Amino acid sequence: MNDWRDDIFEVFQDHDIRQVYHVPDAGHSRLIESCQKSNSIRTLALTTEEEGIAIAAGAWLGGQRSALLMQSSGVGNTINMVGLTKTLRFPFLTLITMRGDYGEFNSWQYPMGQATPKVLEAMGMMLYSVDKAEDVKATVDAAARSAFHGGQSVAVLLRQKLIGIKTFGKK
Amino acid sequence: MTQATLQRRPLVKEILAGADDTLLVIAGLGSSNWDITNAGDRPLNMPLWGAMGAPVGMGLGLALAQPGKRVLVITGDGDMLMSLGSLATVAAQSPDNLAVCVLDNEKFGETGNQATHTSPRNNGPTDSGAGTDLAMIARGCGIADCGTVTGKEDVRQLVTDLRTKKGPIFRLVKVMVEKLDFVMPPQDGAHLKDRFRQALLGNP
Repeated sequence: MNDWRDDIFEVFQDHDIRQVYHVPDAGHSRLIESCQKSNSIRTLALTTEEEGIAIAAGAWLGGQRSALLMQSSGVGNTINMVGLTKTLRFPFLTLITMRGDYGEFNSWQYPMGQATPKVLEAMGMMLYSVDKAEDVKATVDAAARSAFHGGQSVAVLLRQKLIGIKTFGKK
Repeated sequence: MTQATLQRRPLVKEILAGADDTLLVIAGLGSSNWDITNAGDRPLNMPLWGAMGAPVGMGLGLALAQPGKRVLVITGDGDMLMSLGSLATVAAQSPDNLAVCVLDNEKFGETGNQATHTSPRNNGPTDSGAGTDLAMIARGCGIADCGTVTGKEDVRQLVTDLRTKKGPIFRLVKVMVEKLDFVMPPQDGAHLKDRFRQALLGNP
């Protein structure tokens, strides 16, 4: 079986995603590197996650599909701008690696991690959630269909149970 | 500190004169939106009614998606102050078809002309800012081609640069504080997006 991060990269290619935005993130790092090495995907590092929403809107205006990769701790930075996906009604896809979720050791991650599904739902975003490696590909594919065929604003929560609990070097 | 003398409406009209389907324009909320609409509403204008801090990012995504078109972002100092980091993101990508023009009147126009950070220091109890220089910030973010325009004599060159010079370029234009009529484009965001895509791509 493929690594689930490689599965996501395949879904990106299947859906002709051409721009990928990210703030450096350990959970997404393998996927980010695959995107950086790809000839068909333009990979943009952001200074804050909020930028990704505006850039995605511009990409869609110009006829390209995109995806925003972020950590749950970055979700709070985007909330006001998420409104743009509703106002313009453009397809939007974001994949969120969860912290403050399943067995998190760092108390500072909990407030935003626990609030992440609630605030995204409050903004009218559609949520998918996945915590098993074998479900990642089908889930991200379904999310991409909801976004790019169904015109929805969609987030996939990649749960901490899937990603693994950060231990600061202790395996 | 010298008083600004340039008027934004005739300036923007000159910047957009003869705009054809190779020019894609994004304007920030408030005055910049009314300015580009005053110059003539067109489908390839994307005038924002909200989403403060979005125009530069939106221009970047659009410029990367449409490398054969010229993308021009026109916005104000208040909007630009809200997304300074996006200038670094632009610099990192360096799209050669993107121009950013900030009309700096040193005020938050839509809320009653309160001083922005670009207002001078020590300008009285209610009108003091920090003397923030947005062109210097853009330069510091890594956009090599940055400049400031304050006088009529430089407007011709400004227009040429914004329309044709290899990007990314950033131009700060000091403009007067004026009370101007609202000249409003359609407000519905989905409609603005759809008509833009219809004109650019042939389908909404």
